[in-house]
Amino acid sequence: MTKYAITVKKLKKAYKDNEVLKGVDLQVEHGTMLALLGPNGAGKTTTVKILSTLLNSDEGQVTVGGFDVKRQPDKVRGVIGLTGQSAAVDELLTGKENLVMMGRLYRLTKQSALARADELLQDFDLVEAANRPAKTYSGGMRRRLDLAVSLIATPPIIFLDEPTTGLDPRSRIAMWNIITELKKQGTTILLTTQYLEEADQLADQIAVIDGGKVIAKGTSAELKKAIGNDRLVLAFTQSNYVKAKKLFVSEKTMQHNDEDHALSFALKNTTKDTSVILQTLQKADIAVAAMDIHKPTLDDVFLSLTGKKQAKSTDKEQK
Amino acid sequence: MARTQLQFEQKPAWVMSFVDSLVMIKRSSTHIVRNTDQLLGTFFQPIMFLVLFSAVFGGAISLALPEGVSYLSFLMAGIIVQTVAFGSTTTAVAITNDLQKGIVDRFRSLPMANSAVLNGHVVSDVFRNGISTAVMLVAGLALGFRSSASLLDWLLIAGILLLFTLSFSWLMAIVGVLAKSVEGVQWLSFVIIFPLTFASSAFVPTEGMNQYLKVFAENQPISQVIEAVRALMLGTPMGDHLFWAVFWCVLMLVIAVPIAINLFKKKTNN
Repeated sequence: MTKYAITVKKLKKAYKDNEVLKGVDLQVEHGTMLALLGPNGAGKTTTVKILSTLLNSDEGQVTVGGFDVKRQPDKVRGVIGLTGQSAAVDELLTGKENLVMMGRLYRLTKQSALARADELLQDFDLVEAANRPAKTYSGGMRRRLDLAVSLIATPPIIFLDEPTTGLDPRSRIAMWNIITELKKQGTTILLTTQYLEEADQLADQIAVIDGGKVIAKGTSAELKKAIGNDRLVLAFTQSNYVKAKKLFVSEKTMQHNDEDHALSFALKNTTKDTSVILQTLQKADIAVAAMDIHKPTLDDVFLSLTGKKQAKSTDKEQK
Repeated sequence: MARTQLQFEQKPAWVMSFVDSLVMIKRSSTHIVRNTDQLLGTFFQPIMFLVLFSAVFGGAISLALPEGVSYLSFLMAGIIVQTVAFGSTTTAVAITNDLQKGIVDRFRSLPMANSAVLNGHVVSDVFRNGISTAVMLVAGLALGFRSSASLLDWLLIAGILLLFTLSFSWLMAIVGVLAKSVEGVQWLSFVIIFPLTFASSAFVPTEGMNQYLKVFAENQPISQVIEAVRALMLGTPMGDHLFWAVFWCVLMLVIAVPIAINLFKKKTNN
């Protein structure tokens, strides 16, 4: 067995004249998580579809679990689980029926499918809803069921295509916990997302994809170094602003905005640095009018990686 | 990670693809019960058709029927076959629905047989049509329909109807794969089924039709199926209707099954 669970080399795909993938290269080591980060239309879903055997590529080599996706699609299907963007569950079947059905289609025996379904319903907090049709589920519950379904046969490799898009913050955090747990158990995960924060929280490696190409790869720390840290933004009344500016004038990480009476600081350690700055202000008895911690967003990533604003989202990759 | 040790089936591939179909048949059959709107249709549409047709057309058409044959007796075979033909559109609707939602992608990412999705919908359609037919027979009996058919005749009737609904559902499976929306299915299947069921001997004897229409109406597949069922129900001469009914149905099956499965594979690979 090689070091990598997933390898992608020079992957190309075009729909008619529209080149969606222009030579994507990726490797994912066994038991790690790679986040494919990019805006709508960057080619994330197309990549996942090719890797999960749903779509044929035009050019390039892809192996998943050591099998070639073009030549051995059935072998690949035996080792992967897929959670797509639209929650792909049968709405008229109950949560449990969905799980058992998919388990059987993964070739689990009846007893195993039933036992595993009960286990997953428990893990995903769906026991109470187990015998209700899936159409009565909330968005978050549906996503959880969808993810549970793709784990029914405990495949060693999981594809998660934007698993938290459209979820409320509480459901998103619940989903993150589940994904983190999966990673702990040694599952290899390829996750796509539009949110830098999500990639940062979950993934070992991040690949930034734009316009059908991977434009940057690295750990979250490496990428952040490239794009800058969190920033603390403080706003003051006019008189306090002058005093505060004088107080921090020698601070290199400080930038000032005279028009808005605001100071902003680049933070290395968000909690510690913020607390030091606030204490300094407190000692000097200067009141803060407004305060905000600005996290780098995907926009910042693109700004610093490409020097241009993120391309307007096109839905080209959706068919 | 699973806390219980997972056991996988270790059976030959052809057995497993059969099991896949059974799993999908169970899924689609559960839909019959859960989809309450459709379930109401399955029960009440046949009754409504039967009552309306026999009440509205009965008086006028009975004059054109042979001595001693009531319109209700004449109508029974026609309206059962028509209901089954329209009923098979649920196969098309179900397939289009599956294709539009993400669930087909999920099925395709599994190590399962591709054709199982279609098998599931077609077979559950046979169950649904069986329910409709039974409802209609009971309603017919309540309205005064009496048959001279023996038990063997009834088994033969059931056999013909089974073959017909299977072949017609596979035909509709093609419609379901090709259609881009459920509205498209409804339109397309209407255009196919309506002329076939009305330009037939389902509701009126063909004697009064103009000569070209008459030739078509007497020989097309649905009329042959209707005439075979009618002969068995009423004890009238069978002629070669049974042969042609079976011939058409088998022909439809042989053509429609591979086309539907291939189109489905092609459609889902893009």
